Amino acid sequence: MNSLKSSFRSLLYYPSAVLGILVVFLLVFTAVYAMIKIPYNEAIRLWRGGEEFWYQNPKFAPPSWINFFSSKKYAESFAVRTSDGSMVKEVTPGKEGTSTMEASYTFDFMSDYYPQDMILYLTSRYEEKQPFISAEWLTPDGRKLRIANLALSQKQTYRFSQDAKLKTKLRTDDILPALFSDPETGDLIKGQYQLLITGATFEAESDINIEFVFHGQVFGLAGTDHARRDLVLPLLWGAPVALAFGLIASLGTSVLTMIIAALGTWYGGWVDELIQRITEINLVLPFLSILIMIGTFYSRSIWVILGATILLSIFTGAIKGYRSIFVQVKESMYIEAARAYGASSPRIVFLYLIPRMIPLLIPGLVSAVPAFVFLEASLAVLGLGDPVLPTWGKIIENANSNGALYRGYYYWILEPATLLMITGLGFAMLGFALDRIFNPKLRDV
Amino acid sequence: MAVATRTPSENTLVKKTTHTSTFARVSRYVVVRLLVLFATVVIGIYLTILIANMGGYVDQIMKSEIRDRVTQSLGLNPAIKQMDPAVRKTLIEETIAKEEERLGLDIPIAIRNFRYLSNALTLQLGRAINMTSDSGSKQVRLILLERLPPTLLLMGISQLFLFFSSILLALNLSRRYGNFWDRAVVALSPTSAVPPWFYGIFLILIFAALLKILPFGGMVDSPPPSNPFDYSMSLLKHLTLPVISLVLSSFFLSIYNYRTFFLIYSSEDYVEMAKAKGLPSRDVERRYILRPTLPNIITNFALLIISLWTGATITETVFLWPGLGRTLYQAIGLYDIPIIVGSTIIYAYLLAMTVFLLDFIYALVDPRVKVGGR
Repeated sequence: MNSLKSSFRSLLYYPSAVLGILVVFLLVFTAVYAMIKIPYNEAIRLWRGGEEFWYQNPKFAPPSWINFFSSKKYAESFAVRTSDGSMVKEVTPGKEGTSTMEASYTFDFMSDYYPQDMILYLTSRYEEKQPFISAEWLTPDGRKLRIANLALSQKQTYRFSQDAKLKTKLRTDDILPALFSDPETGDLIKGQYQLLITGATFEAESDINIEFVFHGQVFGLAGTDHARRDLVLPLLWGAPVALAFGLIASLGTSVLTMIIAALGTWYGGWVDELIQRITEINLVLPFLSILIMIGTFYSRSIWVILGATILLSIFTGAIKGYRSIFVQVKESMYIEAARAYGASSPRIVFLYLIPRMIPLLIPGLVSAVPAFVFLEASLAVLGLGDPVLPTWGKIIENANSNGALYRGYYYWILEPATLLMITGLGFAMLGFALDRIFNPKLRDV
Repeated sequence: MAVATRTPSENTLVKKTTHTSTFARVSRYVVVRLLVLFATVVIGIYLTILIANMGGYVDQIMKSEIRDRVTQSLGLNPAIKQMDPAVRKTLIEETIAKEEERLGLDIPIAIRNFRYLSNALTLQLGRAINMTSDSGSKQVRLILLERLPPTLLLMGISQLFLFFSSILLALNLSRRYGNFWDRAVVALSPTSAVPPWFYGIFLILIFAALLKILPFGGMVDSPPPSNPFDYSMSLLKHLTLPVISLVLSSFFLSIYNYRTFFLIYSSEDYVEMAKAKGLPSRDVERRYILRPTLPNIITNFALLIISLWTGATITETVFLWPGLGRTLYQAIGLYDIPIIVGSTIIYAYLLAMTVFLLDFIYALVDPRVKVGGR
């Protein structure tokens, strides 16, 4: 055990191993953070949710940090509402239960592009008499535009870009450019804009709530996809899924392979023969095709695929590698001694043979992780990803099927791809370094 | 993938007969080995059929195929066309029932699986259920043959280039072990953890989407140029990205593996001896390093040749390359079991044949190895 410890200490002499360890730690940290911040059920509910969850976000919006790399700035999306105070609302009571209301939101518009759309989501409470609002638009150059007068129903959506009356009034089909530019020159004006909404209710219990949604070109830390979903969610949640799939598959495969190889070598005879035959049969089986068939015909659940992956990966060439070493270990003195004092076969296999192999197991285990992480992504790219879980592969698949590369939504593919790449390279670098430390043949090479 | 190792029991079995002639030993070995390999293929294919068949997919599909065929052939018969609809319907139903009975669809599925198995083993690949070849045939054999050339082209170029370039570069590096390029290859070898399709996406992004100098995917421009020179240029343009991504994803690891392998062999005493004798390094390499590693190199080459048949499913899918790998994926999506089984059986036979032949090739290249004995 001491030698194992010192072996791990010598990892620190390999810069690639240090980098790999760092990546693995970061991943574990991200995974834990994701699971605490967004619990499993919540994550799935959000990922599967449609417009009702994500209406505030624009579609196909790149992340807002692309503004750093671009001399022309894109408009950032936001949403404010009176219900949580992000939009200021003042209510002044009037006579006989009536009241007037004033809500306003002031924001700096510093983008070089016009926003995609602006939307008001209006909810109100009333018995018989509908509340009434009127919206006004204040530009930096001091103009005041009347946008709309509306009698509110319980729930109402007002899209600036779709208002036919406003189109005639502004004499244009594209309302948003008209709202954000000088009417004389047609140039875009940067500066402080204000949306002012005044309303009146005519009943004691009547109330108005306003949500103002601004769809710019960019959104948040990671951007959004075709279903307006914030990509932060699947990017964060991809980490625990990838880690779990990669580690469980790799651990299950290598440990089971080793145990089976040890049992085969120890008992010999027909057990050994059977294992060899199963290995040869497994080589004939088309691995990827079987996984695709399982995904298509039976279940796309990640756990079913994981089980099938482990089952198909046990009896591979690795079993022969372990076997050839076990054959040597079996003849060594300490096994002889164990036999002499009457240790049982299971005891020898599990306490004498297998622990000897742990130094060989660890590098193989770590190096195998990327293959399984990418296997999950590959299946997702073929459209066989888990139907409910948000994963990195799923994002790439969504992006691909929506033509992200053709239409220029590069962020959509690059973000999950970079994370996958970092994960794969991190484990691979660590695995390579471990291999060189634990494998004496390679140490000097 | 060291399929060709002999088991101890076989070795002991052979040891008893060491007194008999070489011919008897070899022929005995051949018979035993062929039987074992055949059994392996049979079980492998049977398992594939079981997986592709469970849930009665094959049944439903075969039944609907019969219904189609019977209705169509009877519908074309003018005598039957003029019959009363009710009579015609019972006639069709009777013919379908007879046909299902003839094909044994009334027999339990466990027994019937053996029928699929024997058809596959005798290479009666049959007809596809949903897929057709571009020439309009439904024969599985024709569909697979039609998709074979693109896969051979793509996989052949990339795998052969990978194989030869990595061996040559590895030899070079093992000679100059420890220098800048050597350390660069060691440092870059983890890049092979990333699969080819993944590099493919990045390459498409850079060369197709951003720079717009190479196509997104496919095999030739549409419509295909009629002039053979233009055709091959267009083919070349479409080949570039998939080939690069296939090569890139295994390049450094492949060099690293061969290099390490050569280095281990070049630390043997007889190599030191040869060097001490003052043999030129080229001769040392060829006779003392390459020669003993030849069995492994040949094994890798043989497995490479087999891998040409399977294609690269996901890379072909990402690049919309009309090869066997993508066909297999499409076939699974269309529940086209005959194609899945057909492709698998050919792979299994190729693998078994290679494993069998490798034993003899080992004996040819390595004087220490005897067929069927040590």
